Amino acid sequence: MSLGPYAPFIVASYLAAALVVALLIAWIAIDYRNQKRRLRELEESGVVRRSGRSATGR
Amino acid sequence: MFRQHCLGTVNAIQQEREAAKVSGSCVCYCRVMTLVDLANPTRFLSLTVRLLPFLATATAVLLLLGLHLSAAAPDDYQQGATVKIMFIHVPSAWLSMFVWGVMTTAALGTLVWRHPLADVAAKAAAPIGASFTFLALMTGSLWGRPMWGTYWEWDARLTSVLILFLMYLCLIALWRAVEDPSRAARASAVLTLVGALNLPIIKFSVDWWNTLHQPASVFRMSGPTLDRAFLIPLMVMALAFTLLFVTLLVAAMRNEILRRRVRALQMLQARGFSSEIGAAPRASQPA
Repeated sequence: MSLGPYAPFIVASYLAAALVVALLIAWIAIDYRNQKRRLRELEESGVVRRSGRSATGR
Repeated sequence: MFRQHCLGTVNAIQQEREAAKVSGSCVCYCRVMTLVDLANPTRFLSLTVRLLPFLATATAVLLLLGLHLSAAAPDDYQQGATVKIMFIHVPSAWLSMFVWGVMTTAALGTLVWRHPLADVAAKAAAPIGASFTFLALMTGSLWGRPMWGTYWEWDARLTSVLILFLMYLCLIALWRAVEDPSRAARASAVLTLVGALNLPIIKFSVDWWNTLHQPASVFRMSGPTLDRAFLIPLMVMALAFTLLFVTLLVAAMRNEILRRRVRALQMLQARGFSSEIGAAPRASQPA
């Protein structure tokens, strides 16, 4: 597959898209891990929801 | 009084469910079930556990297919191989407006129907929408340099999309500036509804003003002007990007619900701590 004289622009576009999508996925995955960890720490310290159910919803 | 009202509402919903079951009206029953069940964050969380693997797999498959079709697409007789940039630029640009549309619906859900998950959806969607808008601007610039001879031009379409991007950033800043989620939700909902006025301006900017940006070539009354060789990869990539957005939105909503639970538990913890401090001097007083 030849991209011709404008290959740097095409490759840069696809790399930018891949980077943005990867950053979004990483941000969401790290945020999920952080929230779960904070909930676990709070539950371990004895703080429970008024319903008495686990805050992680599982 | 409030309790009676709530009980009355619950009874009415239960009666409606029973009526739907008895009449065999599946559509009506599903509608009632969806509205009631999805309003419950705990049920939504359990739904995400089952839904996310399917959504992620479907997104990955469609993205791979779209990338394969994009790579195999022929060069355009005018643009050459730079037409391949369109397969990510156009879906990103569509999603930049679509996400704001989703947020506008969520804003109505917050202000009018007070749906418990509406502001969760709006807050979760904003950074994703901002990312797609950034991507549309970035890939547009990278296409513009070889085709127009410039990375940027202050024409109506480009400027209105830049305003959309800045409004996404304002919305994210507003969510972070107001600590109370319910107050932040109302303020953000109003800003979202005001920002929705920009959507028709973006869409029709190429018709209303003399712009460097080309007019619509897919969604037209007379049908698409694109050849099938370009239209099929473009539509597959658009579908893949839309599924990617839905997947990321569901995952980000799950995170936001967990964040609010952390906040609620921290407040409970703080209250318990302050009541312990308040109780200590009384306990030490002589009887």
